[in-house]
Amino acid sequence: MITIENLNFGYSKRPMLFRDMNMQLNCGHIYGLFGENGAGKSTLLKNIVGLVYAQSGTLNVMGFDPKKRQPALLQDICFIPEEFELPSVYIDNYLKSTAPFYPKFDYQRFKLLISEFNIPSDQRLNEISYGQKKKFIIAFGLSTQARLVIMDEPTNGLDIPSKTQFRKIMASALTEDRCIIISTHQVRDLDNLIDTVIMLNENSIALNASVEEITQKLCFKRVKELDETVIYSEPSISGYQAIFSNSNEQESKLDIELLFNALLNESGKLKQIFN
Amino acid sequence: MEFSDHKAIYLQIAEYVCEHILLKEWKDEDRIPSVRELAVTLEVNPNTVMRTYELLQSKNIINNKRGIGFFVAEDSISKVKEYRKTTFIEDELPNVFRNLYLLNIDFKELQSSYQVFIEQNFRS
Repeated sequence: MITIENLNFGYSKRPMLFRDMNMQLNCGHIYGLFGENGAGKSTLLKNIVGLVYAQSGTLNVMGFDPKKRQPALLQDICFIPEEFELPSVYIDNYLKSTAPFYPKFDYQRFKLLISEFNIPSDQRLNEISYGQKKKFIIAFGLSTQARLVIMDEPTNGLDIPSKTQFRKIMASALTEDRCIIISTHQVRDLDNLIDTVIMLNENSIALNASVEEITQKLCFKRVKELDETVIYSEPSISGYQAIFSNSNEQESKLDIELLFNALLNESGKLKQIFN
Repeated sequence: MEFSDHKAIYLQIAEYVCEHILLKEWKDEDRIPSVRELAVTLEVNPNTVMRTYELLQSKNIINNKRGIGFFVAEDSISKVKEYRKTTFIEDELPNVFRNLYLLNIDFKELQSSYQVFIEQNFRS
């Protein structure tokens, strides 16, 4: 679905953000994109949808080069940025002006999502609360039926019931021909929705592996004592929260936060295991 | 559903399905929720539910009728018990044993508390 080869990118007058980046993303998955502040998560997403241009390298998104911004590609992309503005119009007018850009737009689904999310239709879109705006663009974006769905911090600003609704909506949105990429720091909001983890570190993709592969290779557990198979550990209430190499084929639950910290601190060890 | 941090999600979902079978909410040859339906209910990735269903299929607890959906297999309760017994002995018992050892709990003492527990919870 998406192939990135030897991508080099930097904003002007700033050091390079990505060096020789390579990545392959397939449909039928929900990818979780993680990285420290400033690691380039949003920038990577912007590259994929053609909002910024790389200095060199190739990007192939569903057979297109996104920087050409061809309508045939754009109508198949739903991009929900972290920051956005909505115009001073009612929902009906927004639909009339914007939905026709998406030939597969599903008006019934939109209606359903709007009512599930309790978005008021008697106020202009710029007058509703931040959380409601966010829910509105999520509802609109998923109704486009685009095959590539990209969301930057989608749960920011959502109240507790909306987060539950969001998870249910995402679980039903994943189809075999869709690719969903979610960038987030709110790991707990989404960790059971993600099936493949992408981590950005040191100007490149430090990890791109399915939850299944990660938990085959690594074991996440709470222990009293550490042994020589430990890869990374953090002290916890009754010993350590630790990652071990999974030599006994134990089935543990992936702890994304712990894995992320391990990657920052023990990138060498993890590279060996995953390459 | 509240998931615990100690076990892979797909295994916790397997327990959820087994629980429904043991409680006879899902009976032999009943159709069970589709992958997508269960993913939405539990707020998890459909691929994770698929992994659960593949596991339960390999244990002959459920089966897949192509194009129709997943169904509870015949004689499912004894198969669930067999599967749960193995996972209990492998995953949970070592921890119980560890505590019995550390706290010097005698098997006789354990047996009487077990009887009381059965009386209180499963008397009917």
